[in-house]
Amino acid sequence: MLADDFMRQAFAAAAIVGLMAGLVGYVLVLRAEAFAGHALAHIGFSGAAGAVLLGIPPLAGLVGATVLGGVGMGLLGDRAAERDVAIGVVLTASLGLGLLFLSFFAGSSTQATALLFGNVLAVAPATVLALGGLAAVTLLGLAAILRPLLFASLQPEVARARGLNPRLLGTAFLTLVALATAGTAEVVGVLLTFALLVGPAAAALRLTPRLGWGLALSASLAVVEGLGGVALSWTTDWPASFWISTLSAGVYVVATLTDR
Amino acid sequence: MDAGVTTAAAVQLRAASVRLGHRTVLDGVTLDIPQGRFVGVLGPNGSGKTTLLRTLLGLVPLASGSLSVLGRAPTRGDARIGYVPQNRATTAALRLSGRDVVACGAPWLGGRAEVDRALAMVSAEHLAQRRLGSLSGGERQRVLLAQALLGRPSLLLLDEPMAGLDPPHQASTVALARKLSRELGATVLMTAHEVNPLLGAVDLVLYLGGGGAALGSVEEVVNDATLSRLYGAPVEVVRAAGRLLVVPGVGAPDMGHC
Repeated sequence: MLADDFMRQAFAAAAIVGLMAGLVGYVLVLRAEAFAGHALAHIGFSGAAGAVLLGIPPLAGLVGATVLGGVGMGLLGDRAAERDVAIGVVLTASLGLGLLFLSFFAGSSTQATALLFGNVLAVAPATVLALGGLAAVTLLGLAAILRPLLFASLQPEVARARGLNPRLLGTAFLTLVALATAGTAEVVGVLLTFALLVGPAAAALRLTPRLGWGLALSASLAVVEGLGGVALSWTTDWPASFWISTLSAGVYVVATLTDR
Repeated sequence: MDAGVTTAAAVQLRAASVRLGHRTVLDGVTLDIPQGRFVGVLGPNGSGKTTLLRTLLGLVPLASGSLSVLGRAPTRGDARIGYVPQNRATTAALRLSGRDVVACGAPWLGGRAEVDRALAMVSAEHLAQRRLGSLSGGERQRVLLAQALLGRPSLLLLDEPMAGLDPPHQASTVALARKLSRELGATVLMTAHEVNPLLGAVDLVLYLGGGGAALGSVEEVVNDATLSRLYGAPVEVVRAAGRLLVVPGVGAPDMGHC
C-alpha cells in the first residue's frame, strides 16, 4: 500500500494533521469550546469555496476564513449564551455564501463533496508540504502559549491576579484552532473536522485525569485514527473520511464505556 | 494584640475609597493590618469583602486615598500574594487531576518540588491524584488552597473558603488557615459570612459595613457599640451558648447572616 505515491502522501497528510488536531483539540475540548471549532470549520467552507472560484488553492481560502473567524470569536468574549447564537448565525451565513460560490463554478458537485467530506487520497505533494508548514506554525504557537493558556483556562481569577490576560490568551488560542481546523478540513472535509479535532481529545479526557498523559494520548489517538482510516480506505475502497470518522466515534464510545 | 511581634503593616489603608459602578464600597477607610496575623474579614453581603481582596491584588483600583500591600502599591502579578477566589472551579479544572490544576500556576523550573511542598502543607498529596470533580467540597477546597501556597506567599487571601461546607469542614478549614499562617509566618485574610466558626482561631477580625471598617480582636469589634457605629444604626450582639449572634435593631439595615 506504500508503493504508490498518492498513498505515501495520504499517510503523511493524515499523520501531520492528526498530530496537530490531537494536541490543539485536547485544549479545545478541555476549555469546552468544541462548538467554536465546529463553527470555524463551517466558516472555512466559504473561504475554500471562494478560493476554488478564484482558482487559488482551497487550503489558502480555508486558512484565511478560519483565522478571521477565530479572531472574531475570541473578541466576542466569554458570555457563552450570546456568543453561541452569534457564532451560529455567522456559520450559517458562511455556509450559504460557500454554496453561492460553488454554484458559480462549473462541475461544482465533485468539488463541493471534496470540500465538505475531504479526499485525503487525492492530496498533492505541495499540499502535504503546506500542511507540514501549517502544523509547525500551529504547534510552535501552542507550545509558546500553553502554560499561561492552561493557567487561564483552569483558574481564570487567579491567572488574572497574577497579571495574565485570559481574554487575549483565549483569542490567541482560537487563532491556533483556526489554523488546525483549516488543516484538518483539508484531510477530512469541513463537516468531519470533529473526527480528528474533538473525538480523540474527548476520549483522552475520559481515559486519564493527568494533563500530560491526556495530551500525548489525544495526539496518538488522532494520528492512529488518521493513518488507520487511510489504510482501511485502501483495503476496502471506501472513503477514508468515512473510516476516520467511524474510528473516532468508536474509540470515543469505548473510552466512555471504560470510564464508568 | 500581643507585644514582641514586628509592627510593620502587611496592609496599610489611608483614607481609601473604592467604588464599584455608582456604589461606594469603601469610603475613606484608614487601617493597618499587622504582619503575620490571621484575620477574619466579616460583614454582610455587598459590604465589600471580595472587593477588598481584589483591591489588594491590584484588580480593582482605588477611587481615592492610598493603599500599600507588603510595603508597595498593589500590582497585578505580585508573587508574594497567594489568592483563592470564591468562584467554583471551572469545568476545565474539574476534568483534570488536582495536581495538574495546582501545577498550572507553578514555575517551569523547580515547579514539581514546589507543587509537592504546597500539596504536603495541606495534606492533599493523595487527593491531588484524583480528578478535581470527583472530590467533595472540602477536599476540593484543600487542593485549591495548595495553589495559593506556591512560592511561599507572605500574604494569603482566602475568599469565603467555608462557603457550602458543613460545620466540621468549616472548623477544619479555619484550623488549616491558622496553621498555614503560623507555618509560613504569613498574614492571612479570610472572608466569612459568620463570626462563630472563627472564634478562638483568628487573631483579629476586620468588620466591613456601610462603607466603613473596624479592625481589632473579636471582643473589640463584635459588640453593640462598634457594630452600631459601623452601621449607623442600633445593633445588638447576643452571646448565647458560646456563640455570638448579631441582631439588627429597629431601623438597622438588612445584614444577612452576620
